[in-house]
Amino acid sequence: MVWMGKETVSEIVERIAAHHAPFRLEHFFYQSNRAGVGSVPMVILLSVFVGLTMALLTGYQLQRFGLVTLVPAVVSVSFTREMGPLFTGIVLASRIGAAYTAELGAMTAGGEVDAIEGMGIGALRYLVTPRILAIFCLTPCLTIISVVSGILGGALISSLMLQISYSYFYDQVMTNLLVKDVMAGIVKSLLFGAIIGMIACYKGLSVKGGAVGVGIATTSSVVIAISAVIACDSFCNIVMVTFFP
Amino acid sequence: MSAKPEKLVEMRGVKLQFADKVILDDVNFSVQTQEVLVIMGLSGGGKSTLLSILMGLLKPNAGSVLFKKEDLTKLSRSKLNEARTHIGMVYQNAALVSSMNVRENVGLPLTELSDKNDKEIDSIVDQKLELVELKDAKDKLPSELSGGMQKRVGLARALAMEPELILFDEPTAGLDPINSKHIDDLIIRLRDKQRVTAIVVTHEMESAFAVATRMAFLHEGKIILEGTPEVFRHSDNPIVSEFLSSYSNHEHAKE
Repeated sequence: MVWMGKETVSEIVERIAAHHAPFRLEHFFYQSNRAGVGSVPMVILLSVFVGLTMALLTGYQLQRFGLVTLVPAVVSVSFTREMGPLFTGIVLASRIGAAYTAELGAMTAGGEVDAIEGMGIGALRYLVTPRILAIFCLTPCLTIISVVSGILGGALISSLMLQISYSYFYDQVMTNLLVKDVMAGIVKSLLFGAIIGMIACYKGLSVKGGAVGVGIATTSSVVIAISAVIACDSFCNIVMVTFFP
Repeated sequence: MSAKPEKLVEMRGVKLQFADKVILDDVNFSVQTQEVLVIMGLSGGGKSTLLSILMGLLKPNAGSVLFKKEDLTKLSRSKLNEARTHIGMVYQNAALVSSMNVRENVGLPLTELSDKNDKEIDSIVDQKLELVELKDAKDKLPSELSGGMQKRVGLARALAMEPELILFDEPTAGLDPINSKHIDDLIIRLRDKQRVTAIVVTHEMESAFAVATRMAFLHEGKIILEGTPEVFRHSDNPIVSEFLSSYSNHEHAKE
């Protein structure tokens, strides 16, 4: 994977040195539309339900200690720092990562990647760059959508079942949410986007065998990407708690 | 006095092995400009691998591959990519990009590698598709085309950059006789009218004798016979003889 990253960057540099665009913008927009816009409904749906559940369960526990008013702070901070980026990462790893691997895998198995390379186009630059860049740029956007949806889900259930008004919920969110929480979420999501894109493309380009090989690579890509996202999340949390408490 | 034709491609002492399996062992041959070299051999004998080495897709363990006197095995990636723009390849399975229509497939190298505008690219695509008689299919996806049509699109794509050398990997394999003849006719037309240099890998005898100006036989990783079609017709090499005689149309070819 490191080799793929290095070669892709080097192909891009050579392309720029030859006064050519490193990739076609239309390919980037196409991939962005697929990875980003296409994932919005699923991210919203998942985040609303998770935010709702989180607020409800936290609220019932905190009610016993008379601390139900902490629900907005708990939901907003945990969704911004943790749940939003993590769920977005998992959704993208399973939805877009799988699609990237299957697509590039089928192209590899069908000889299309070799044909592109054989024409002197540079398969890594042509196929990998727009995909990784799209998921890298779109993951933070989707994370923001996830965070907003999760908080709205929390606010909805808090109003219906915990007697917390929307205005109080909003005030608490604005009071408790710090810039560093937002930054933590954004930084994590950028890393998740890069990890998912790299794993998915690498797995797709290293497919061996026909349809079975594509199936195996796709499963492996999703499993590895989700595991890597969770591991990276834990590592980021340790770093953030240690250096930016 | 006419000038001696230049060697466009030359393989010197090429050896390739995967683990303990030797695929190519000390392969030597050269192709002069405007020559069509047909490489024959048994299935799985390393013929397609040889083309992959010529395209720089595989690096041999030993030996050199010279294209226009430059060793492809020693070129940097950018120089290799530049060299590849002078070589077109028609793949056994056509290897068209399945998500692109015929026009986009043929125009792909031009869009990515040339400074031509869309209008110029469209005009070249039309010209190449006309050559392979597929102008009406330009908006179709590869999945909507027959095997023969896909190979013709592959040929149009290979010709798009006006290459000096075209490599054909089993151009007629799996095609019915009519489509096979169509492909052979195209290669002959390119050879006679456009004076292209080509290396054709095939085990289809009729096709081989129709298009070749020179032939080579690859067996167990070595070239065991090289010469004109006439030399092959009269060869007493037991492997070549058996290979030729196993085809029903061999007698026809001999005549």
